[in-house]
Amino acid sequence: MNKFIRVNMTTMQVTTEAVPEKYIGLGGRALTSNFVNDEVKPTCHALGKNNKIIFAPGLLSGTTAPNSGRLSVGSKSPLTGTIKECNTGGLFSQKMAKMGIKALVIEGMPADDKFYIIKLDVNGVTIEESPSEILGGCGNYETIQILNEKYGSKVGMAITGPAGEYGLPSANISFKDPESNIRSAGRGGLGAVLGSKKVKAVIIDDTGAQPVPLVDPDKFRAASRVFAKALLDHPVAGQGLAAYGTDVLVNILNEAGGLPTNNFTEGRIDYNDLISGETMNATITERGGEGKVSHGCHPGCVIRCSQWYPDKKGKYITSGFEYETVWALGADAGIRDLDLIAYMDRAMDDVGVDSIEVSVAIATAMAGGLIPFGDGERALELIKEIAQPTPLARIIAGGCSIVGKLCGMFRVPVVKDQAIPAYDPRAVKGIGLTYATTTMGADHTAGYCISGNILKIGADLDPLKKDGQIEYARAMQIGTAAIDSTGMCLFVYFGIGDNPDGYQALIDMINAQYGLSLTATDVDKLGESVLKVERAFNKNAGFTNAHDRLPEFMEYEPVPPHNVVWDFTPEEIDEVYNF
Amino acid sequence: MKITVKLFATLRNYYEKEFSLEVPDDATPGTVVKQLNLPDKDIAIIMINGRGQKLDAPLSESDVLALFPPVGGG
Repeated sequence: MNKFIRVNMTTMQVTTEAVPEKYIGLGGRALTSNFVNDEVKPTCHALGKNNKIIFAPGLLSGTTAPNSGRLSVGSKSPLTGTIKECNTGGLFSQKMAKMGIKALVIEGMPADDKFYIIKLDVNGVTIEESPSEILGGCGNYETIQILNEKYGSKVGMAITGPAGEYGLPSANISFKDPESNIRSAGRGGLGAVLGSKKVKAVIIDDTGAQPVPLVDPDKFRAASRVFAKALLDHPVAGQGLAAYGTDVLVNILNEAGGLPTNNFTEGRIDYNDLISGETMNATITERGGEGKVSHGCHPGCVIRCSQWYPDKKGKYITSGFEYETVWALGADAGIRDLDLIAYMDRAMDDVGVDSIEVSVAIATAMAGGLIPFGDGERALELIKEIAQPTPLARIIAGGCSIVGKLCGMFRVPVVKDQAIPAYDPRAVKGIGLTYATTTMGADHTAGYCISGNILKIGADLDPLKKDGQIEYARAMQIGTAAIDSTGMCLFVYFGIGDNPDGYQALIDMINAQYGLSLTATDVDKLGESVLKVERAFNKNAGFTNAHDRLPEFMEYEPVPPHNVVWDFTPEEIDEVYNF
Repeated sequence: MKITVKLFATLRNYYEKEFSLEVPDDATPGTVVKQLNLPDKDIAIIMINGRGQKLDAPLSESDVLALFPPVGGG
């Protein structure tokens, strides 16, 4: 990958340069975060002309390595005001890598009000006006069909949905998946940043691109085989995720008393099997038709945690139907109907909003009296209204923090204005440390301490106790920052967390591709360096340790059934980033 | 003594999802797994009354024992 492409939306100029020396060894999150820290003014307004947005495939993207097709998108977040790295599947990353594009940067903003489409192919980059029929409220599913007609069904796409056009803080960037459905660079409002630059879509056509070059193809293939075996032989990475998807966590967190319920006032529900992964699996299997229990979000995925969830007649409703979305709507907002939640998931993908932020905002709005508690039909209408948007829909799409403020509430589950997902920090203490300290605002994927606290993969800690959690949360965040730089799906961790040979195979693939001799220590150092760069950006944007705190109510409101509070001291929390 | 057993994911292929079970007074999750003839390799996460436990943890009257196969998400 030797091309570094910049698209300036102020001048409409495109420059394709060699990759700057300092970025040559970087990919994915390491590249996007270093770039944002180097070039984005930390105090800029995220929707103003001085913010930039960068797309970067991971180090292994575009190769035959299993699960290596994830893309990093970096920018300053309009939701949190922090640096942001969003990670997504779809087709984009592998196509960029095959075309030799290390990074695509979009900067500036046009003076006029028109929306544009940026198209990348082997001949270069073009900028053209967006067709009007996909603007002003057209859903993403329809937009993909219209753009498929125009550019060919095999192209990759990154789309600013209606929410992004309106600059709403929960707007995601929607990516076309292998079947022309939707994956999302979800959290932190980067769809609003792309929208602020008046980019309706980025199209990528890799026709004529060559395979990604490998310095030592034999070594690469050997390591890739070991790595694939590590994933497929692991009961979670190889079988569990494919069968039940991430929604299997409903019953696990419910049993552990860490399933935030009724706006984080309880930790357990009694109707768990209405929304559980077991029920999702059984429903898909019974209905048949277009439904499928397992589905990969990008070519080469062997874990296949996604699915196609069908309606009663067997017609596709949604895919990538995740635990966090089902939890927020099913338990936190009390909507006891998996079909209705599936329609809401689809509607959120269609208007282009983060399904965690908006679902938690809905639960907060219910607690605040804006929507009747448990009223899924009304919530679904409101999500659809984001396409217009009506004033109330605009408020919901403003995210949990804004809804909480407008409702005069103190029980608002956010860190750095980003909604806390799916795991109550009082009952699962390790994840609370990640929520408090990650550079991203509350984000479970930034250091998934559920693994060693609840799932007993990679570690075995008592989720209700503080012992070992600081070191664990630090190690998980460092390891995650490294994996996010490889283009690998984070779920590979389940396959290699307890398997040193599998982990070494991941490093060996990078070494064989680039002719390097990295060790596990080097990879840890890479992860540390990424976190330090992100933290430096946040510090320069005005963030201090005082922002690394959970919502105060968690310190004095015990959550049943274990009746525990958040009891880490500020000094203890600050130890997480002491490295 | 009587306990409640809850089974999840693939373990529901063997029994219904929740039932009460008469067990000896010195029962542990390990002895219950044997009593039910569940395959050892299918037991990955064990909770008693919502707390993570090991196979040799003591069980008491009216405890809720939850057994999960290896599963994960995120």
